[in-house]
Amino acid sequence: MSETTVRHAGNRVFIAAVVLTCIWVLLPIYLLAINALSAPAEVTGFPKRFWPSFDLASIQFFLGFRGVTSALWNSVQVAALTMVMAIGAGAPAGYAIARFDFPGKQVFRFMVVMTRAFPLPLLALPLAVLFIRVGLDDTVIGLAFVHTTLALPFAVLITYSLFSGIPYELEEAALTLGCNRVQAFWKVVMPLAAPGIAASAVFAFVVSWNEVFAAAVLTIEHRTLTAFLLQSLDVSPLPLKFAGGAALVVPALIFIFAVRKYLFAMWGIANR
Amino acid sequence: MPRLLPYLLLAPATAFLCLFFLYPFSLVAIDSLTDRGAWSLRNFERMADHWKFGSTFRNTILLAAVVVPLQLTLALMMASMVSRLKRARGAVLYIFAIPLGISDLAAGLVWLAIFEQSGFLNSALTGLGLIDHPQLFLGYQSKGVIFTAIVLTELWRATAIMMVILVAGMGLIPKEYGEAADVFGASRWQKFRRITLPLLKPSLQTALILRVIMAFEVFAVVLALGGTNLPVLMSETYHWQFTMQERGVAAAYAMVILGISVGFTVLILRLLHVPKEARP
Repeated sequence: MSETTVRHAGNRVFIAAVVLTCIWVLLPIYLLAINALSAPAEVTGFPKRFWPSFDLASIQFFLGFRGVTSALWNSVQVAALTMVMAIGAGAPAGYAIARFDFPGKQVFRFMVVMTRAFPLPLLALPLAVLFIRVGLDDTVIGLAFVHTTLALPFAVLITYSLFSGIPYELEEAALTLGCNRVQAFWKVVMPLAAPGIAASAVFAFVVSWNEVFAAAVLTIEHRTLTAFLLQSLDVSPLPLKFAGGAALVVPALIFIFAVRKYLFAMWGIANR
Repeated sequence: MPRLLPYLLLAPATAFLCLFFLYPFSLVAIDSLTDRGAWSLRNFERMADHWKFGSTFRNTILLAAVVVPLQLTLALMMASMVSRLKRARGAVLYIFAIPLGISDLAAGLVWLAIFEQSGFLNSALTGLGLIDHPQLFLGYQSKGVIFTAIVLTELWRATAIMMVILVAGMGLIPKEYGEAADVFGASRWQKFRRITLPLLKPSLQTALILRVIMAFEVFAVVLALGGTNLPVLMSETYHWQFTMQERGVAAAYAMVILGISVGFTVLILRLLHVPKEARP
């Protein structure tokens, strides 16, 4: 065999491996989609067909099920609050450690990085009692506090990397041209950082949307979608589970697509 | 620069972390070590004496021990594929990253669609004529199958996060090393072993720490696929807190999870230590 034939064969194996890995990721999602888009009788029936019948009865059954719409709404509210709080507290901190040197900076960075070694959903255990005492038990905002704790370290590290990537000289130029600090930030830094901040906000939303343990521990009447699905796992019929699973997956697909450009900026720096 | 400005900017995040991270974790520690207001180890004794504790602990460690190495290999393979791709890199990367956004509960339900009795695995097997009637894969007699299903689900769901960290890390390795190796006629495998892997250490460290801690937190996947047939630390914590209303024992479980998480973090930091000057 000549060298080029070997290389061609190698390339073919490589392409086959890439395609197979893509199928490994996509096939399970496709199978869930079949179940979500088939009538309940088909979902519980056997054997299964490998394409959907595009019957929306399962989805309708899911949406009409008692507690589902309010659970969806609670999930959206908690995730939106988490997003606002994580960015609201995280972005200023990220800006501070990117721009300034000051005593205590390392202590703060250490605390942020340390959160990664901790199983954060466990925070829900003591907070369940604490929240009863202060009247935050079973509320959307109470759960959003816990989810913010999960999302905040990421928000700090991501915004830190974003702001580090914007040269300080730009701000200095604005300052010499008569802007004050706040104006320089809003007119020069913000437009450059906005897309990245939006991406980290989306990331915070997904963290909250997907969280199961704390949501299940902290909510009773005001369950989020994950808590609702988890607590009805052993009693709910299959069509409900699969339509619910699909409802959890769809936003995730869209969000990952929206932030795909920033995934690496986020994780590359979150390394350090 | 006003001296107080950085502290002002840090104040909200610091207050948040103190109030919702440091303070609650000290509360868990206190809860686990007190019984009706007095210091005692009773919660830990009750946890350890319960007949389920041994299998719970074993299941969690065994799952992590099986999943994490497999996942590391798969993530390295996927990251190498992405770095080698010239065309369609963005699309492949997006597809590989999709599970990153999928919650553990949703992943459990996705694989439930495959493994349940009227599911796709049974349909495919009967369709191919390999079995004549559907099997009960996830029953309480077949813990091995439940374990395998959980391993597959975890592999499917959480490899993406390691892959993304490793791709980012590979991007930081200077091209000159690879070019120099080419000049000396190194093979692809030699380049991977001698250049990529050693220089990837900091990223491997981050990926492994994140992933190992996630493995000890495994919860919804197990409940979705195995119900209560395969107890793990997190599901027992939930059970003691919620069903049994025994907060002390739940806190003791939390301390165990916390202990092994911090222990393994320190271990990984030690094993994959890279001096600051040696980083790419």
